[in-house]
Amino acid sequence: MNAPLPSPTRRMFLATGGALVVSFALKPLSALAQGAKPAQPNMPPQPKLPGSLGKAPYLDAWIGIGGDGTVTVFTGKAELGQGIKTALIQCAAEELDVDLKTVTIVTADTERTVNEGYTAGSHSMQDSGTAILNAAAQVRGILIELAATRLNLPAEQLQARTGAVIANDGRSVAYKDLVTGEALHRVASAQSPLKNVKDFKIIGTPMHRVDIPGKVTGAPMYVQDMRPEGMLHARVVRPPNYGAELVAVDIASVEKLPGVIKVVRDGSFLAVAAQGEFQAIEAMNMLASIAQWRKVAQLPDQGTIHQFLTRLPSQDQVIANKGDPSQQGAHLLRASYTRPYLSHGSIGPSCALALMKGDKLTVWTHSQGVYPLRNSLADMLHMKPEQVHCIQVEGSGCYGHNAADDAAADAALIARAVPGRPIRVQWMREQEHTWEPFGPAMLAKVTGRLDSSGRIDTWDYGVWSNTHSMRPGPAGTLLAARSINPPFPAPEPKPLPQPEGGGDRNAIPLYSLPHVRVVHHFLPDMPVRISALRSLGAHMNIFAIESFMDELALAARADPVEFRLRQLDDPRGRDVISAAADEFRWAARPRPGNGQGCGFAFARYKNLAAYCAIAMQVEVDPESGRTRVVRAAAAVDAGEIINPDGIRNQIEGSILQSLSWALFEHVRFDRTRITSVDWATYPILRFASVPDTVTVRLLERPGEPFLGCGEAGQGPAAAALGNAVANATGRRFRDLPLSPERIRAATGA
Amino acid sequence: MTVLNVNGKQHEVNADPRTPLLYVLRNDLALNAAKFGCGLGQCGACTVLVDHNPVFSCVTPIAALEGRYIRTVEDLGSADKPGPVQRAFIEEQAAQCGYCIPGMMMRAQALLEKNAAPSDAQIREAMAPNLCRCGTQMRILRAVHRAAKLMTVELQGTEAKG
Amino acid sequence: MLGRTLLGLAIALILAFGAFFAWQWRGELAPTTTSAHAFDPGIVTKGAQLAAIGECAVCHTRAGGKSFAGGFPVQTPFGVVYGTNITPDRDTGIGAWSEEAFRRAMREGVARDGTHLYPAFPYDHFTKLTDGDISALYAFLMTRAPVAQANRQPQLDFPLNFRIFAAGWQLLFLTKGPYRNDPSQNATWNRGAYLVEGVGHCGACHTPRNALGAERPKEAFGGGVSEGWDAPALNASSPAPVPWTADQLTAYLKTGFADQHGIASGPMHPVVANLAKASDADVRAIATYVASFIGPRNAADRQRQTEASLAFAKQRAVSVNDLARTTTGVAPADDRSAGGVLFAGACANCHRSGGGLPASRPIALALSTPVNSSDPTNLLRIIADGIHPAPGKSGPIMPGFSGALTDPQIVALADYVRAHYSRGQAWPNIAATLAAIRSNPTPAMEAP
Repeated sequence: MNAPLPSPTRRMFLATGGALVVSFALKPLSALAQGAKPAQPNMPPQPKLPGSLGKAPYLDAWIGIGGDGTVTVFTGKAELGQGIKTALIQCAAEELDVDLKTVTIVTADTERTVNEGYTAGSHSMQDSGTAILNAAAQVRGILIELAATRLNLPAEQLQARTGAVIANDGRSVAYKDLVTGEALHRVASAQSPLKNVKDFKIIGTPMHRVDIPGKVTGAPMYVQDMRPEGMLHARVVRPPNYGAELVAVDIASVEKLPGVIKVVRDGSFLAVAAQGEFQAIEAMNMLASIAQWRKVAQLPDQGTIHQFLTRLPSQDQVIANKGDPSQQGAHLLRASYTRPYLSHGSIGPSCALALMKGDKLTVWTHSQGVYPLRNSLADMLHMKPEQVHCIQVEGSGCYGHNAADDAAADAALIARAVPGRPIRVQWMREQEHTWEPFGPAMLAKVTGRLDSSGRIDTWDYGVWSNTHSMRPGPAGTLLAARSINPPFPAPEPKPLPQPEGGGDRNAIPLYSLPHVRVVHHFLPDMPVRISALRSLGAHMNIFAIESFMDELALAARADPVEFRLRQLDDPRGRDVISAAADEFRWAARPRPGNGQGCGFAFARYKNLAAYCAIAMQVEVDPESGRTRVVRAAAAVDAGEIINPDGIRNQIEGSILQSLSWALFEHVRFDRTRITSVDWATYPILRFASVPDTVTVRLLERPGEPFLGCGEAGQGPAAAALGNAVANATGRRFRDLPLSPERIRAATGA
Repeated sequence: MTVLNVNGKQHEVNADPRTPLLYVLRNDLALNAAKFGCGLGQCGACTVLVDHNPVFSCVTPIAALEGRYIRTVEDLGSADKPGPVQRAFIEEQAAQCGYCIPGMMMRAQALLEKNAAPSDAQIREAMAPNLCRCGTQMRILRAVHRAAKLMTVELQGTEAKG
Repeated sequence: MLGRTLLGLAIALILAFGAFFAWQWRGELAPTTTSAHAFDPGIVTKGAQLAAIGECAVCHTRAGGKSFAGGFPVQTPFGVVYGTNITPDRDTGIGAWSEEAFRRAMREGVARDGTHLYPAFPYDHFTKLTDGDISALYAFLMTRAPVAQANRQPQLDFPLNFRIFAAGWQLLFLTKGPYRNDPSQNATWNRGAYLVEGVGHCGACHTPRNALGAERPKEAFGGGVSEGWDAPALNASSPAPVPWTADQLTAYLKTGFADQHGIASGPMHPVVANLAKASDADVRAIATYVASFIGPRNAADRQRQTEASLAFAKQRAVSVNDLARTTTGVAPADDRSAGGVLFAGACANCHRSGGGLPASRPIALALSTPVNSSDPTNLLRIIADGIHPAPGKSGPIMPGFSGALTDPQIVALADYVRAHYSRGQAWPNIAATLAAIRSNPTPAMEAP
C-alpha cells in the first residue's frame, strides 16, 4: 500500500551542495510576469530567448546537476505517451555531454517546473525541447568556464565529455565538483554554444523510451497506480443528462453500506468515498438508483446536426482574402463536407488523486496543463493558487482535452469534504464516454475553379465550428464546478486566433492559389460539450481541402500527386509529397477495379509545424460496404529529428487513430442525452481492421527547428482514405464516418 | 476469505467473493499491470491468464478462482530480467501511452503457449478482444511475432542445457 | 416357384430402378456467355433485396472469404456440404450458367451439368419463387464480382456421397412450383408467406426434420437446429415468455433487437445483418406472416401471458439493492447459491436493473427465449462464447466466459439463471449439453 512512483522525486530532495533550488529559480519568473516588485534587482530587457526560455530564463529552472552527478531535466510539459520524456532527455544528454543513464526528468509540477501552459498543439519540442537544448548547451558552456577557472587553463583547451570537463593535458573535473552554490542560477543568453549536428551521438538516434520497461513489467507508472497510505476510493454520480439538477437523495442509507466513509453532496455534485474500490462502485450504483433528478436539457436532432449548427448565430472571420475569389465561370466545382462529434475515447477512463491537508491541496492528475488547472481549482475552492499544488502523473493517452481536469476537480471537492485522506477518483467507462468534452462536429463548404491549364484559379472556403478549446481556464470549465452550489458559469467560448486557429486550423490551404477566400464561421453556442481533440479543426479542414483537391484533380484529368505538386511552391512540402509517393510506389499503384483504390493527401500541420503526406490503398467490399485499408505509406518532415522511432510511433498511431475516426466513429445522442456510452455503442478500430503495412519515411533536416508532429497525420490520413474510397468505388463520400451503410447505399449493392 | 494462487504465490484475500479479480489484483495485492479500462469485458486492458486462458479480470469474480492458476504480467519477468514477451515489446518499442499493453501481453502469452509460431492472421484474430486507442497495433503485431521467436530460442536454450 | 417369384422381383426392381434412373437423369444445359451489362439495374436491385432475405451470402461465403465465392461448411446430420461458388466466374462459379440453368437449380435442385444438388441447398423452398424473382436473383448474381475459387466436395457419410440419393430425396420430398396465394388472407400476409416459405427458407432451420433430413410438413415451425444452435419453435410452441407481435418481430428482424425479447444471436445474427438490406415493407410482411401463427392463438391468452411474463420479469430483476451475497467461497456445483455468487460477480454488472450508469443494458433475462427454452444449448453457447458485433458495427458486446469460468462453473451459472429467471423446469442435462457444445464448436458465421 505504498509505492511512490519511480521518479527523480526523491533525488530532488537530496539537497546536497550544488543541487538545484527550483522555487527560487521560479520566483523571478512570476515576478517578471506580473510586473510585481522582483526579488532580484531589475533585469534589463531580455532579447528573445529560444523556446520556453523566454518564459523562464534561469538555466537552473531547466537543468540541475546533483551532488551525486545525476542530471535532472525539468520540463513544464507532460508525458502523454508521446515519448516526450525520452526526447527531452536526449536533448539534454547530447548538449550536456553526459551518459544517458545519469539523466532523469521531472515533468509538469506547479512547485517544481516551469509553467509551459498545456502539453498540446504539438508544441512540446518547439517550446520545451528548444529551451532544454539551449539551456543544456549553455550549462555546458558554464561548466567549461568554471573548469577553466579551476584548472587555470583557457577554455579552448577544455572539452566537456561524459559528465566531466577534460583538459588537453589530461586533467579533468567532474561536473558535480564544479557546480556549487548557485552556479547555474544564471539568466540564459539568446545565443547558445550548440553542438554541430554532425557531432550528434544521441539526438537523431532511435533511443529506447525510458518509460516502456516500467510499463511492461508492472511498475507503478500511472496515476491509476498510486496507493498512498490512507487512500480512499471515490466515485462520482453524474446526472442523467446535461443540466439535470439533483432534487433529492437519501444519503444516510448509502452511508450505512459496508466500507462507505462519506457521501458528498454539494448542489448537484454527488459522490461517495469508501475504503474499498468495489465498495465505492456498489455505493455509487446505489446512490445513482435512488437519486432523483430534475431533467432539463434538450439536445438537437443527431440526423440534422450540421444543418442545425449552420443555422446557429456565428461570428464570421475572414482569415484569408487574396485576389478576387468571387469569380464565377466554367469548371466550377462545389462541395460540402462534414464530420460528426468525435470522442477522445481514452482507453483508461480519467483518474485523479487529491489530498487536503490544512489549507493546502495537492492533486495528482494526468491533466495536460497543471498550471491552468491549479488556477481553476483554486477559483473553484476559493483558495489561493499557492495553496494548490498540481502534479502531473501519466494517465492513458488523452489525445487532447478529455475528462482529466474534471476528475481532478471531483477529487478536490471530495478531498475538501474528507480532509487528511488521499482521495482517488476513478471515472467509469460510461461516464468518460458521456461526459468528456468531444471534438466538435464541423461543416465545410468549398467552391473552386480551374483555369484552362488545369491549375486552381479560385478557392472559396468556409468552415463552421464551435470553439476547439474549453480548457481550464476559469473554474466554470470544470464539470464539477458547474454542479456545485452556487455553480460557476461556463465561460464565454472564444475562437483561438490564427495562425494556429481552432476550428479554422489548417483552413487556409498551403497551395499557391491566385484568388483565395477563407471564412471561419465561429459558433459560440455549444449544444454538446466540446473541447480540444487531437489536431483540432485541422482534421476536418484537411479532410475537406484534400478531398476537394482530388475532386479538382479528377476534373482536370490529372494525377492527384502531380496535381498537388502543380500548385505547391513550398519546397519542403514538395519533397514530402514526392517522398510519400515514392515510398508508396504511387506510379506503379494498382488501377481502380474490383473494389481496389488508392488515395493521396498532404498537409503541413497548422501551416507551421510538421509536413506530412500519406498514400493509402483500400479494398471496398460492395456487398457489405466495408472498407479494408490494405496499406499506408507516409512521409514526414519534422525538422531536426530527436528520436526517429518516436516520430514513427506517433505518425503510425496518428494514422491508425484517424482511420478509426474516419471508418467507424460518431458520438450518438437522442433528444435528451448522449447514447454512445461504451465500446459497444461507440466502436473503434480493432485488430481485424488494421492495415497490412504502415510505413513512415522521415526526411532528415539536421539543424532545422523542431516541428511538432504528434498531430500531423490526423487530417492527411482521413483525406487519403476518402480519396482511396472514391477511387475504389467511383463515388465521392464527403461525410465522415465512411460507414458501410453510407458506402453500400451509394454503391447500390 | 478466498485463497488465490497468483503468480505462483498463495494469497488469502478478505474481499467479497463477488469482487472482480481486477480490483483484488490492484488493490489487495498491489499488482499494477492489469488495468481498469471499462469494467464491462469490452476492451481487454484487464486481461490476465487463468489456467492458461486469457480472461477479462474485470468480469471474473474471485469466487470463481479458488484453486486456479492466475498469472499477470508481473509473472512474465522483471525489470532486471524481462521475459521473452516483455523483451519483445521493449525491442519493438510497442507502446505509446502503454496502458493497454499489459492486457495485450497476457493475451499474446496465452496465444504463444498454444501456438508457438502463429501467422499474422492468427495473431490478429487472437488479439481482437483487446483495444488500443493510440494506434500501436502494427508494433504490437511485430512484438508478438518477435516474442514467438524469443520464446523458441529460450526453449531451445533450456532444452540444450537439459 | 420361388425362383420365378424372385426373378420377377429382381426384374421389377431393375425396371423400377431403371425408371427411377431415367426419371432422375438430367442433361447438361449448354454453357452461355452473359455480359453483366445486359441486366436492368432495377431488376438487379430487386434481386439484391431477395438475396438479402434469402441470406445467400451466409451459406455461400467462407469466413474471411470473398462474398458468394463459396466454401462455407453447412453442417447436416449426414456430414458437411460446402456452399458453392455462385459468383459469375466461368470456371469455378456460375458464370457459364444460362438463366434456364439457374432456374432449374432453384426449382428442381439440379445443376447446369445435370448433377443433383443436396438439399442442404434448400431448393424445396426456392422452388416457391416466381419466375420473375428467379430472374431477378439471376441478374443480381451475374452482376457480382467474379471470384476464382474451386468448390469443395461434400463430406458425407457413405453411401450418401453418391448423388443419386439426392435425386431420391427429391422424388420423395420435393414439391415443385411457385407459392400460391391464400385468398382468405390479405396482401401483406401473402407477401410475408411467399417470402418466408420461399426465398427466406425460415423453415429450413425452424422446422424439425425426419430421418431422411426432410422437413416434417405437419410440424411446420416446430423448432429445429442450425449450426449447433437451437432454432426455437415459431409456432404455438414458441418458448418466448412474451408472445411475439408483428411489431416486435419487425424490430427484431430489422435491427437485431426487440425490447421484450432480446438480441439476435448465433445464426440469427447474420440473418438480421442481411435483412437490414431488405425493404421495410418486406420485413414487415415477414413479421406479419410469422406473427399469425407464433405463440398462443387466442388474443386473451396472449394478453394474459404477456402481463404475467412482464410481471415475473420485474419481480426477478436483480437490482443494485439485492445482489446475491455469500460469505464463503465456491460451493459445490449443485448448490444454486454458487451460481448466484458467480452471477453477481460476473454478470450482474450488466445484467441488472437500475444503477444510473447510462450503460447499453441488455433486456431482462426473464424475457429471454434462450433462458426459457427447454434446451439449454443457446444460453450455454452465449455464456461460453459471448456476443461480438462485426468490426466497426455498433452492437452489444458480451465477453465469452469460457476460460474465465470452468465448465462446472458455467453449468452452475446456467442452472442458477434458469432457476431464477424462468418458470420452466430445471434443465436436467446442462453438463451433457455443454460437453456436446465443446465437441462441436460452430464455424464462424460471417455477417456480411
